[in-house]
Amino acid sequence: MTETVKNTALFLGVAVLVVITGFMQSWNSAILIVNMGLISAIMAIGVNLQWGFAGLFNVGVMGFVALGGLAVVLVAEPLSPEAWSAGGFGIVLALLLGAATVVAAVLVSRHMPKGRGRNLAMLAVLVLGFVLYRAVFDPNVMAVEAINPAAAGNIGGLGLPVLLAWPAGGLLAAGAAWLIGKTALGLRSDYLAIATLGIAEIIIAVMKNEDWLARGVKNVIGLPRPVPYEIDLQNDAGFVESAASLGIDPVTASTLYVKLGYSVLFMVVLLVLLWMAQMALKSPWGRMMRAIRDNEVAAEAMGKDVTRRHLQIFVLGSAVCGIAGAMMTTLDGQLTPGTYQPLRFTFLIWVMVIVGGSGNNFGAVLGAMLIWFLWVQVEPLGLFLMQVITSGMAEGSALKSHLIDSAAHMRLLTMGIILLLVLRFSPRGLIPEK
Amino acid sequence: MEILNALVALSNFVLIPAIAYGSQLALGALGVTLIYGILRFSNFAHGDTMAFGAMITVLVTWWMQSHGIHLGPLPTALLALPFGILGCMALVLVTDRAVYRFYREQKAKPVILVIVSMGVMFIMNGLVRFIIGPNDQNFADGTRFLISARDFKKMTGLDEGLAIKTTQALTVVVAVICVALLFWFLNRTRTGKSMRAYSDNEDLALLSGINPERVVMYTWLIVAALATTAGVLYGLDKSFKPFVYFQLLLPIFASAIVGGLGSPLGAIAGGFVIAFSEVTVTYAWKKVLGYLAPEGMSPDGLLQLLSTDYKFAVSFVILLIVLLFKPTGLFKGKAV
Repeated sequence: MTETVKNTALFLGVAVLVVITGFMQSWNSAILIVNMGLISAIMAIGVNLQWGFAGLFNVGVMGFVALGGLAVVLVAEPLSPEAWSAGGFGIVLALLLGAATVVAAVLVSRHMPKGRGRNLAMLAVLVLGFVLYRAVFDPNVMAVEAINPAAAGNIGGLGLPVLLAWPAGGLLAAGAAWLIGKTALGLRSDYLAIATLGIAEIIIAVMKNEDWLARGVKNVIGLPRPVPYEIDLQNDAGFVESAASLGIDPVTASTLYVKLGYSVLFMVVLLVLLWMAQMALKSPWGRMMRAIRDNEVAAEAMGKDVTRRHLQIFVLGSAVCGIAGAMMTTLDGQLTPGTYQPLRFTFLIWVMVIVGGSGNNFGAVLGAMLIWFLWVQVEPLGLFLMQVITSGMAEGSALKSHLIDSAAHMRLLTMGIILLLVLRFSPRGLIPEK
Repeated sequence: MEILNALVALSNFVLIPAIAYGSQLALGALGVTLIYGILRFSNFAHGDTMAFGAMITVLVTWWMQSHGIHLGPLPTALLALPFGILGCMALVLVTDRAVYRFYREQKAKPVILVIVSMGVMFIMNGLVRFIIGPNDQNFADGTRFLISARDFKKMTGLDEGLAIKTTQALTVVVAVICVALLFWFLNRTRTGKSMRAYSDNEDLALLSGINPERVVMYTWLIVAALATTAGVLYGLDKSFKPFVYFQLLLPIFASAIVGGLGSPLGAIAGGFVIAFSEVTVTYAWKKVLGYLAPEGMSPDGLLQLLSTDYKFAVSFVILLIVLLFKPTGLFKGKAV
């Protein structure tokens, strides 16, 4: 069996699993799995760029995904002139003041001679800057958040088409990644891991607490969609007719139509990114990256600027994660900062990359689809298993109800076991790097 | 009088909570730092190890409470703690045998071990949620306060009350005992000395006939004891919730790194540095400064530098500052 045949068979296997879901459960849930699988595949490509190509240990994926989601709100929400006149410009001014403070502190530390004078000057700049920033920031935030707090209370968006939010999400994540990379990339791998873990938590904390930005934990709902609404389709005579000619009732047909619309959009993005990642991998640039990954010292001796290249790929990979995050928020139609959890949005993506095969883009995609399928299906399977195990127990016994209630937590256990088994017996993943 | 009031308010809201939290972090960071020193990787499963040990303790505590076993004014969890430690020891030894030993024999790169520990983290997290569920569990009993705010006001006649929770006092006492025992073990016993030798220079230690598997086993046993104790103390002081332990990973790692990975003394110092900065930066200083400022000059705002939700940011910023200016930490840790 050649490699191509084996890999095609693996992808076909995942497709068969999805088709089985379609027949056994419903086509709606099958397509939902595909849609989230496609998004996960894009995240996995991003992580694979960083880990597989360059060996950067980034466990802050969740932060970049969340930034992508934030971009959707900032781009696609309708304009809110009221909020801008109340305090939006003041907030921007305050943020600029904050940035200016940091720049000033850096300048002081660069240009003053070392010693007590420099430390005092830096402290003075920072304290003064912080007081100024808070003095401008606080009243403006109060003003913005006071506007119709039940439904709005944020600065709104730009009112642009939601599809534009996807590249914007990538840009936002890339900007954040550049800032982070500048400070943290010089660190050793363990430290980089902890640093990125912390940054992701901070990004989520900011999104939860800064209500003026995207309403915080009050969530933004009803984001615009790139595909038609089900209810419009059901009222469209032409659509109902063509659904009837296919023998599907209009409600199911409309939900399927919308989901398939998303699938097509996601598929296009995935294919473009996959093509780009493949070209990058095969290019001299990709070979240089792998050379750096395999032996930093040797690559440096050959005149490669390791730090710059690391920064470059860190930004690129994070941007891909940001795009995926924006796509996910578009699919959900809402931004809920409270639902971002590291186990689901960072470590699960890592499981996907490791299981699929780090360093191989197709492996990352396959791993993402397969692991996402399992993540969704382990819950009903676990419930079924528990019902079989407990079928002999007395009705209403405490152990029985506990076991059945706990079945939902089997998915974490399963993911851990899969990860450990793959690492032990097939450490290069399902589709190994060439 | 005003100064005394300010001092009491400061101790009540900043010093005492920070000391208790710092002790919990220090115990957690000691575990991380020992693993790093001996096994040479960052253990991402540490938070969930704490949760597992604490969970066993919670279960045994409930069993004891249902049988009427009490410790009087002290929480019953203290009696259950040894059982929790034993359970946790069994778990980490099994994990080491089944998972980590293979990679040790392969001499795998540290980063591979970190990824392996991510898998272990998933399993332990799933196990804890499977057994006890993801919700808040209450297992504290005994007297709630050593000194309550009202008694303190009556005793001293001050306007400000000072409350010391039993769990806070207990945390500090237990932490001091644990640390004393640990340092006695590391500095005085033969096994402890061989552990330190192994951590300092693996090759020399092997040459002098130290059995590495024995050293690793003792390390895991100590780590399990420390993790369970830290987990139980944290659970008593706040509440037991599996997800919170996972989130503790960040401040714990920050403590260990700030102090210098691999250095036990550094872990303790780091724990207190992180705890004090988290509490002081997120505390609203209005009350304290209100007492200190001259008449009519008391501040209007809350004078809170950052909202409490940003406490992660605080530990993180300190971590970055230390790494940028003193990459091996305050107490000269090691770099693998």
